[in-house]
Amino acid sequence: MKISVIITLKKDVLDPQGKVIHQTLDGMGFDNVNEVRQGKYFEIDTKETDNDKAKAKVEEMCKKLLANLVIENYKIIDPK
Amino acid sequence: MKSSVITFPGSNCDRDMDVALKKFGFKNKMVWHADSELPKSDLVVLPGGFSYGDYLRCGSMASKSKIMQSVINFANSGGIVMGICNGFQILVETGLVPGVLLRNKYLEFICKNVFVKIKDKKNKYFKNVDKEVFEFHIAHNEGNYFCTNDQLKEIEDNNQIAINYCDENGKIVDQFNPNGSIKNIAGVFNKEKNVLGMMPHPERMIDTSLSGEDGSLFFKNLINNLK
Repeated sequence: MKISVIITLKKDVLDPQGKVIHQTLDGMGFDNVNEVRQGKYFEIDTKETDNDKAKAKVEEMCKKLLANLVIENYKIIDPK
Repeated sequence: MKSSVITFPGSNCDRDMDVALKKFGFKNKMVWHADSELPKSDLVVLPGGFSYGDYLRCGSMASKSKIMQSVINFANSGGIVMGICNGFQILVETGLVPGVLLRNKYLEFICKNVFVKIKDKKNKYFKNVDKEVFEFHIAHNEGNYFCTNDQLKEIEDNNQIAINYCDENGKIVDQFNPNGSIKNIAGVFNKEKNVLGMMPHPERMIDTSLSGEDGSLFFKNLINNLK
């Protein structure tokens, strides 16, 4: 089963990369952008077949490794 | 005094640290990350470098390596653990010291000498040190210290800030903040102050003809405090 995870920076954390991407977009003529925040995306192919169990395991992975909860939030996307 | 330097895949200041520790009297052992047992040590050092190629977040992979459980146990039982640069990043990822290290504010790798002011001397690292401002070297891409407001209050209340970036007279001003760190923080302790994480490299300042001698002062003082 494939589960996806999106990690984003928390609202108050400065994202200099996002800022530079925003400036570049602006320079390219995409001048109606309010803000860009850069994040991470993971696809985890797990041997687990039970939906809830798989999600619980992935949540544990997020808390223990994939995200640093001081600065990041994680969102687990329901497997299809 | 016995010390251990942990080598992770991608560490590159481990041998510099070995040279520095031996120069000032430590009997040092190099310890591989995949080992599970720590040799008997008075000091454990997590060195600088780019462990695991800085994948995911700097220090995140190394913080889960086999040896780290022993390092964490050693720290929790009061052992002296120092993390320099990538070692500091590894320490924050283990949670032994609070906060995180973000990408430098202006997105550039910084490699230069800086001045830092000793904020707290009631600890094994800086006790009796006869100087307030040290000149050390920094070389990092992710040294922008960040923590939550609650954590900041806590580390300030407990005097856990170890050193701040400053000018050569010890003035802590924004102009001398190289990487955007909150309050110019260059190093922090855990609550008990046996664990120190800092971005600057004292091991690069141990030779008067090559660099400077503030690192020598730091190591001489440290070994005396541990005796």
